[in-house]
Amino acid sequence: MWSFSKISKLIDSWLSVNFSSTWTMVIEMVIAGIAVITLFALLGLVLVLMERRVAAWIQIRLGPNRVGPGGMLQSLADTLKLLVKEGMTPDGADKFLFNLAPFIAMIVAMLLMAPIAFASDFQLWDLNIGVLYVTAISSLMVISILMAGWASNNKYSLMGAMRSGAQIVSYELSAGLSIMSIVVLSGSLNLNEIIQSQADGWWLFKGHIPVVIAFIIFIIAVTAETNRAPFDLAEAESELTAGFHTEYSGMKFALFFLAEYINVFIVCAIGATLFLGGWMPFHIGHWQAFNHVMDFIPSSIWFFGKTFFLIFLIMWFRWTFPRLRIDQLLDLEWKYLLPISMFNILLITLMAILGWHF
Amino acid sequence: MFILKYIKEVYSGLKSLVVGLRRTLYYFSHHKEIITQQYPDNRDTLVFPDRFKGEVVMVHDDKNEHACTGCTACELACPNATIKIITKFDITPEGKKKKAIDKFVYHLELCTMCNLCVVACPTDAIKMAQTFEHSVYNRAELTKILNKPDSKIRDGVE
Repeated sequence: MWSFSKISKLIDSWLSVNFSSTWTMVIEMVIAGIAVITLFALLGLVLVLMERRVAAWIQIRLGPNRVGPGGMLQSLADTLKLLVKEGMTPDGADKFLFNLAPFIAMIVAMLLMAPIAFASDFQLWDLNIGVLYVTAISSLMVISILMAGWASNNKYSLMGAMRSGAQIVSYELSAGLSIMSIVVLSGSLNLNEIIQSQADGWWLFKGHIPVVIAFIIFIIAVTAETNRAPFDLAEAESELTAGFHTEYSGMKFALFFLAEYINVFIVCAIGATLFLGGWMPFHIGHWQAFNHVMDFIPSSIWFFGKTFFLIFLIMWFRWTFPRLRIDQLLDLEWKYLLPISMFNILLITLMAILGWHF
Repeated sequence: MFILKYIKEVYSGLKSLVVGLRRTLYYFSHHKEIITQQYPDNRDTLVFPDRFKGEVVMVHDDKNEHACTGCTACELACPNATIKIITKFDITPEGKKKKAIDKFVYHLELCTMCNLCVVACPTDAIKMAQTFEHSVYNRAELTKILNKPDSKIRDGVE
């Protein structure tokens, strides 16, 4: 059967026959880089269109429907427009940092792509501390936002960046704790082993109510971490025009825009991997026949299906809830999410020690 | 107890969020609720909401008669001088002079569609029409005379 892992093995064996091992490595890295960039571009196009469609349907509108069949080419046209626009650098800005910030946002997003398993045996980097790597790298995102806000020499940008800093630093905690609860249950930091531990059922179903609570906290925390509504205080277009990217235009703005959507994809992929079993098909305990039927659906479809379901969930939040005030935002984290997730991780540890999960 | 209050707070907060999510999911999955009209494509089948107000018109019946007595209540009610009523004196059959309108001048370019003139009118002579394609090449075309030529006041309207 056709699968990603077979294609990658085919390319690998062809390269190792024709080139020395060093050159094979180099060429494979180049291919991986191109594949990641292509995936970025495709995700940007698809997610922007999806966001606008979801927004329109939730607000009883039609959404883009003029460019291409059913508005399918709308985001392509927008990208073309952004490509030909002038990328301005304001006079008072710190020019080096101002131009560096969007690239850091993109580099962070690219680095996060490395340990994600897109299908069975299809992963850029099978890292034994994958979960730790993801949590560590994703906190670097705040640096690009702070850099952009500070270098713009604009009060709105700086305020947006400061808010974003406070927000990401605080929500990192509860996101980390809910990720930890799955690490406790599966006993591994390796993303692949975590997926393998869900072969007889996803953690969301195996782990009773505590894991459901951890999942809800995870979704809330990552929505805040990716600066999306109802936690989009860093942008807050009604208060700060556009927050940290007020001064950006053209392709530099597009990079920030793209990085936001890539980050949403990545956190949803991590969420799908930890709670919904990544590429693991829907298995119920030891029902061999049922599990066998589910195995016929390719693993990449399972992965992307789960990820896009979570992305839809986050978009659904965005178009339903009003934006929080900064004090309400910090209240939610320090008074509710953090105590609950701390208590929750104790419960889950107890559950893992006593073997109460399925 | 404060821990019970805390749990109750979290529960009611989550419940209120779910109510909002259910409403938006309903709209997301029910496309027949979509109210967007693809205007230039469906010009013939446009559906207007009842309260849509396009411009002020004067109601004329088939005998070319209207109900405007020329009382200038609408002119006084208008906040930005959109309406100007020019009156004349008709001679009634009994030989008395009676006030009647000569021209009901309506400046569409000044009108904000606030509906105050329609509310002020004691005889329901004017109403809001649902036309909206008002663009013209010459500004003077926006100054309209609402009473039709040779129209008369309907009998019995005082």
